[in-house]
Amino acid sequence: MTALPTTRDEGWRYADIDAVAKLGADALDHWKEVSLAAGESQRHCMVVGSDAPELHRIRLSVGKGARAELFVVVTGSDYCRVEVETDLAEGAHFELGGVTIGGGHAVREIVTRTTHDAPEATSNQVVRAVHWGEATGNFLGAINVGRLGQRTDAAQDFKALVLEKGASANAKPELEIFADDVKCAHGAAIGQMDEMARYYMASRGLAPDVAKRLLIRAFIADALAALEDEEEAERLLEAALEVLEKRT
Amino acid sequence: MLKIENLHAEIDGKEILKGLSLEVNAGEVHAIMGPNGAGKSTLAYVLGGRPGYEVTQGSATFMGQDLLAMEPHERAAAGFFLGFQYPVEIPGVSNVQFLREALNSQRKSRGQEPLSGGEFLKLAKEKAGLLRLDMEMLKRPVNVGFSGGEKKRNEMVQMGILDPSFAVLDETDSGLDIDALKVVGEGINAIMRSQNKGVLLITHYQRLLDYVQPDKVHILAAGRIVKTGGPDLARQLEDEGYDEVMAA
Repeated sequence: MTALPTTRDEGWRYADIDAVAKLGADALDHWKEVSLAAGESQRHCMVVGSDAPELHRIRLSVGKGARAELFVVVTGSDYCRVEVETDLAEGAHFELGGVTIGGGHAVREIVTRTTHDAPEATSNQVVRAVHWGEATGNFLGAINVGRLGQRTDAAQDFKALVLEKGASANAKPELEIFADDVKCAHGAAIGQMDEMARYYMASRGLAPDVAKRLLIRAFIADALAALEDEEEAERLLEAALEVLEKRT
Repeated sequence: MLKIENLHAEIDGKEILKGLSLEVNAGEVHAIMGPNGAGKSTLAYVLGGRPGYEVTQGSATFMGQDLLAMEPHERAAAGFFLGFQYPVEIPGVSNVQFLREALNSQRKSRGQEPLSGGEFLKLAKEKAGLLRLDMEMLKRPVNVGFSGGEKKRNEMVQMGILDPSFAVLDETDSGLDIDALKVVGEGINAIMRSQNKGVLLITHYQRLLDYVQPDKVHILAAGRIVKTGGPDLARQLEDEGYDEVMAA
């Protein structure tokens, strides 16, 4: 059985350790294993959000030339962690679109470890966080390119919008590269709402809450831009925005 | 229609407007000219309710209502429009979506039914045609990737769609080439020249006034209107410069 982590463990540095303890060590052993055969394509969309701590651990094995897509919106009002370990075979692709959104005191995090240990695999991860109150949003993204991972193309993009003083966001990109012909891009930015954009929108007649909703919608839509099923993208966006509207 | 009396306003504790008075009646176009730093844009922003611009004394009455007591979006709904000197870019929000939300927000607050998607597109197409702005640009995110001239024409398309009673246009002519200036001038006339509308044009140049004939021209210097005259005053300024005209 896996021992309970502490914040000294890199992958749990910003986690809500008390909530993890509540879930118990058993929960840590529970990995959902998903294997994609060569050439297969699979897409999974999920909204994670309840009022109890949640831990979702997924292990993806993506076969030669296969494509795995995961789009996840993390909205829970207690600790939520979605963790994805991906192993990419030759020419495989992993696409992640993630959103963490919410207020209160909760920590919501997306944690990925993507292994490129075969040639010409690609991965693209776009995560957006929107938080208020005393909430925290985290994205910890490790990319491991092994010696065999030549011509890897991996990208990570994290942006957070902190709506109020007291809320926070943490980004922790971690790149470990042992091949020499590799493209790995990562970017992280944490900022506040664009006040000039809000004023501009107000000057055209949009009430502050409507302007804010439009701006936040545009902000998180980046994470779902690669989701080709428009209906699903809309469902996920609405799930995220619903949390914003419930905000007290 | 718009009556400004003894207006004093400051930014970060620094007084910019120092007792400005001005009245624009329905059916009139007034131009405000003045040297850099005179307070022209401050006047525009104070009237538009931009946060951070504090009125310390005086009043501004718009169609009998206390303009300064209204929120920016309420001013818009009451029929007040501010054309920005530097229109703001809003990534991820399309012009069409933004303007439809804005127009319908305004209509809602006036107790009118919202326009349907089809009705709105017809209106947008008509106004874009008037300003010779490609309809495709209206489908793109607000002002993102627009040239300076396109941004200004987009301001006028917005004005056309929102159809305000009164417009303050802050240097709408700057950044326009000669042909675009003519299009914008004619657009302002088509949208705003009416017995029950008024316009306050803030400009540095006589050229725009060749197309949009003002009824009165005011010189703003050091936070106050120091001279008022007819259209000739603008030509005189162009010939002689501020120092000479103000000394006369």
